[in-house]
Amino acid sequence: MISSVRFHQDACKGCELCIHFCPKGLIQTDTAVLNANGVHPTKITRQEECVACANCAIMCPDGVITVEKF
Amino acid sequence: MAIVYERPKSLNGAPFTYCPGCTHGIITQQVAAAIDELGIVDDTICVGCVGCGGYIAWFMDTDAIYSLHGRAPANATGIKRMNPDKVVFTYQGDGDLASIGTAEIVQAAHRGEKITTIFVNNATYGMTGGQMAPTTLVGQKTTTSPYGRDAAHCGKPIRMCELLSTIDGAAFIQRVAVNTPGNVRKARAAIKRAFQCQIEGKGFALVEVLSACPTNWGKTPAAALDWIASDMIPYYPLGNFKDFQ
Ligand SMILES: Cc1ncc(C[n+]2csc(CCOP(=O)(O)OP(=O)(O)O)c2C)c(N)n1
Ligand code: SF4
Ligand code: SF4
Ligand code: SF4
Repeated sequence: MISSVRFHQDACKGCELCIHFCPKGLIQTDTAVLNANGVHPTKITRQEECVACANCAIMCPDGVITVEKF
Repeated sequence: MAIVYERPKSLNGAPFTYCPGCTHGIITQQVAAAIDELGIVDDTICVGCVGCGGYIAWFMDTDAIYSLHGRAPANATGIKRMNPDKVVFTYQGDGDLASIGTAEIVQAAHRGEKITTIFVNNATYGMTGGQMAPTTLVGQKTTTSPYGRDAAHCGKPIRMCELLSTIDGAAFIQRVAVNTPGNVRKARAAIKRAFQCQIEGKGFALVEVLSACPTNWGKTPAAALDWIASDMIPYYPLGNFKDFQ
């Protein structure tokens, strides 16, 4: 694993721009969670395939995502 | 471990009240990120406008005030002249800046006020429900142009960067967009340079940001970003119109 992608799921509004802009298709809706905004927030799947480009975080209008690189 | 991206520190932590997928949220973060990079959060004063963008005054960890509709450049002028050591910026929508506030922005540029303006062009009046703005594209449907903007009746959309770059007092003018990660990175660089223009005392600086209003455009957030590329950028070309040495 070269990176860590964390979602502050409480702040997510479910706009799905992170899903749209991940070049590796790693982000999905987390249907197990319903947050206070009334949406299923997003989460990363297959962290080990992440290239730490931070496109997801840069395009998130609500600053939900933190990307760190080892 | 190095941070590649995190929510900028110059924000106060309050959740954004913008709609889901509204790129005001991206622009607000990039303004804060530029302030982080310059290390000026304690010396910056934010002048909010009327419109959805005005909420930025609630989100910045700087001092901030609101202005009457379109009058942010006038407030910023007074603040900057009384506090020349502070960094003063306005954040204004297109209804605010290019309609009711046209006189204020033109005269602030004309006087060469040493302020920075972030001009968010989403081709509509967002907060009030999506009426036609001076920046609405020909053919674009809005609540007050249900058949699409008619150029013969309403004229063609105003290009503020082109207009303001003819004014000598304007030292830095650039148009950017936030429709792709690459363009967001360019937007950050332009916003930072617009602050540097003020810090170096060069004159008036403005960055126009092409932005999406998915709610009033009636599009998904991703489709709204596609519309910036397909329809807005061809009419509002991106690039630098004026730079300083
Ligand atoms: C003097 C005055 N006239 C009209 C209004 C109503 N009003 C509130 S927001 C707004 C439009 C804002 O549109 P824009 O500047 O494009 O910003 P956006 O909401 O799209 O970010 C208007 C006309 C007002 N608040 N004050
Ligand atoms: S950092 Fe890049 S590769 Fe990793 S999840 Fe985000 S968009 Fe996908
Ligand atoms: S871009 Fe941000 S707000 Fe939108 S779905 Fe992804 S994490 Fe949630
Ligand atoms: S109405 Fe439009 S500009 Fe205003 S917050 Fe919603 S999407 Fe953004």
